[in-house]
Amino acid sequence: MAAHRCRYLACLLLLFLSVILVTMSQETTLGHEQHELVIRPLHSGDIYASFQFRTVWETDFMKGNKVSHYRLFPKSLGQVISKFSVRELHISFTQGYWRTMQWGQPFIPSPPGAELWVWFQDSVTDVDATWKELTNVLSGIFCASLNFIDSTNTLQPSASFKPLGIGNGTTDHRFLRYATLPREIVCTENLTPWKKLLPCGSKAGLAVLLKSEKLFHSSFHSQSVHIRPVCQDRQCKSSSWELRQALNVVFDLHTSGQSKREWSLFKMFSRTLTEACPLASSSKIYIDVTDNPQEEQFELSPATPLLSQAVVLGDRRTFSVYDLTQQVTFGTVRSLNLMIRWKSSEGDMLRPLLHAERYVTGYGLQTGEIHTLMYNNHPFRSFPVLLLDSVPWYLRLYIHTLKVISKGKDNNPSYIHYQPSKDRERPHLLEMLLQLPPHSVTEVTVQFERALLKWTEYTPDPNHGFYVGSSVISSLVPSTVAMETNITMEQPLFSSFFPCKEESSYFARVYTEPLLVNLPTPDFSMPYNVICLTCTVVAVGYGSLYNLLTRSFQVEEPNPGLAKRIANVIRRMRGVPPL
Amino acid sequence: MSLSDSLISFRNSFISPRFVQNSAGQFFSSGHTNNWAVLVCTSRFWFNYRHVANTLSVYRSVKRLGIPDSHIVLMLADDMACNHRNPKPATVFSHKNMELNVYGDDVEVDYRGYEVTVENFLRVLTGRLPPSTPRSKRLLSDDRSNILIYLTGHGGNGFLKFQDSEEISNVELADAFEQMWQKRRYNELLFIIDTCQGASMYERFYSPNIMALASSQVGEDSLSHQPDLAIGVHLMDRYTFYLLEFLEDIHPSSKTNMNDLFKVCPRSLCVSTPGHRTDLFLRNPESVLITDFFGSVRKVEITTEPKFSIHQSYSDSDP
Repeated sequence: MAAHRCRYLACLLLLFLSVILVTMSQETTLGHEQHELVIRPLHSGDIYASFQFRTVWETDFMKGNKVSHYRLFPKSLGQVISKFSVRELHISFTQGYWRTMQWGQPFIPSPPGAELWVWFQDSVTDVDATWKELTNVLSGIFCASLNFIDSTNTLQPSASFKPLGIGNGTTDHRFLRYATLPREIVCTENLTPWKKLLPCGSKAGLAVLLKSEKLFHSSFHSQSVHIRPVCQDRQCKSSSWELRQALNVVFDLHTSGQSKREWSLFKMFSRTLTEACPLASSSKIYIDVTDNPQEEQFELSPATPLLSQAVVLGDRRTFSVYDLTQQVTFGTVRSLNLMIRWKSSEGDMLRPLLHAERYVTGYGLQTGEIHTLMYNNHPFRSFPVLLLDSVPWYLRLYIHTLKVISKGKDNNPSYIHYQPSKDRERPHLLEMLLQLPPHSVTEVTVQFERALLKWTEYTPDPNHGFYVGSSVISSLVPSTVAMETNITMEQPLFSSFFPCKEESSYFARVYTEPLLVNLPTPDFSMPYNVICLTCTVVAVGYGSLYNLLTRSFQVEEPNPGLAKRIANVIRRMRGVPPL
Repeated sequence: MSLSDSLISFRNSFISPRFVQNSAGQFFSSGHTNNWAVLVCTSRFWFNYRHVANTLSVYRSVKRLGIPDSHIVLMLADDMACNHRNPKPATVFSHKNMELNVYGDDVEVDYRGYEVTVENFLRVLTGRLPPSTPRSKRLLSDDRSNILIYLTGHGGNGFLKFQDSEEISNVELADAFEQMWQKRRYNELLFIIDTCQGASMYERFYSPNIMALASSQVGEDSLSHQPDLAIGVHLMDRYTFYLLEFLEDIHPSSKTNMNDLFKVCPRSLCVSTPGHRTDLFLRNPESVLITDFFGSVRKVEITTEPKFSIHQSYSDSDP
């Protein structure tokens, strides 16, 4: 009897242990987390900080599996992906414009305002209806007016926005939707839900530095969320979901109220770091010290022995690394406050190879001309660029006036995709593949005419103007060093965002400025004025006419004098007829 | 007598049934189980900074007293915090010398910018929203909800201006509240309006259980409180400034009632005469707590006797 019970208990214990082991191993394969902050001092004295938070989740939505256990991956986004059959989702909110000539290339580019582009899976039957529902749900998640995305500002680019994750499905552009809202503002109400998506929130790790009062007092602020499927290993037999949350910010030397050129974590974010997020497997800070090999330009404190090199944006850069998962990084004071103190302000900046500008010329409120300039600063190599232009329907483009001129000669694009607009239904879409000659400026001009909107279509402040979204220029820019094409090698996050197919060039995307165009705006006080004026005229005119026609005149006795009136009273009393 | 029995009788001697009756009566006098707030700022442009600050200070008080973001529909017609004219970005101040930042670090604006229209406001109130509207933009109240509705902006005799391009009239608002009543979307409603001639907006209400407060009578203007020279605009309106000061003293367990709220901004401070309307409200304003509308106080039910003895239940299941 006792032996029976012993065996029974032993079996139970074994079962219990095996259950624990299975759940533990399941937890470790459910995902991992990487956090990173890259600080790049800029030549003009400003400083560029780029945060990236990456969560990888080994699960498969695509086979229609229902997932109910969320650990690191935020549940709100997981449900969005599975409900709307999303393959890739990229959304960014930006305040300010990235100045490529002064600041170089950003790690993750974004246009001013809000930008959303989504690749749906092949199983979606009605992409437009799913797109509409997705934008509404995202507007609730991120507290933004994404519900203003409708058919008048949605595009289907045919070549510019290829999937950034594994493309083992079709790349039929019918499943791609792209929209921008250049007028969208970014403020704390967008940052708050963005921070809540992080596994540690804003309580531990690098996210502690994200304080809105400092982040929005900057020249450029951009926060984005990128979801895409990635390969788990080199054979790519199974895929996992990658969520990257990126925040780019450029702090201005002068508006932050400093006289001498000295930056520290406390000056930038009004916080210092005390610990890494316990859920992150790696949490590192990279400071770009390529221009400072012998510490002659600036001094970095506290010193760190870790140095790493990475090929990013076509150049090999050297970084000082601070590993937050090691307790020694925080020193005896248990807090890390990086300081960068400048000694001399010499040195040139590497000129970016590709940058672009856009502006409107013309006068009056009827016609105008859009000029897009693309600069190729490479001394001897030419490279192709894909230009995506989207213009709202109320600026009617005259495509027969489209001219592409490089170095004074016509430059014919090798591929053009043009979709004309339809009033109140879709915008203009123009995609061109151009070869930019070395050391040149390519100018694309097209004339347009402004339309008169219906009076209900004007915004409450129409005299501000109407925005035209940024042009997108995607290209493979020649790199000075060989790029890393091995996707599964351990790479820092900032160099592994865009996939690299060949060694001699890297993918770059440049956004131009959005345009602000005035449309012929009616005077909205006119209905009131017209009603008042018309009513006055009608009242005066009709009233006078009516009186003239219908008034009858009677002869009236003039009023008798006082003496006569008294006499009449006496005569009435006497019973005698009055005078 | 076992230990548990003695403990129970010891406890019973302290909590008399009459005490429980009285506190239960007080707790259940309002009859609501959840709280909602709809806070609307209808003005656009930088010089209407004070209207956004008004709405955000009520938002801040309501959040502090316990109503969560999921139960607050906040509508701000323009962005002041990250406006390029704001010398201190990501902040909205209510007191000069930048004493109190009512914008804070944890704010969720549900309707912003061009989304704040008369149509959206009425759709939120009546619940007739398109099916793809997210939950955070809906007023999911039921017949046991107490709703606080706060409007601020520029108004006139019988209307409130939305974003300088359209207006809502007092008749429309009264009809919307009647729709809410017929669809059982509220238990009690507190309506506060801080605009010029605000009392005209509640003149036409005819649905039961509505209490209304306004910052000025018909024919009077509501005035702004104080400018801040660094920011360059007026920071708050007088009525909401003193309302905020009054609400800062309220905490979730305070017993202040509506009569104190009616006295909030006397003519000497406000220059205009605040008005209120309680004839449609069934309860006496004296018995209505401030936290019935501004906070989210959970009701606790106290039982007088245990239904079973703990000692007994374990003794039954011995193998």
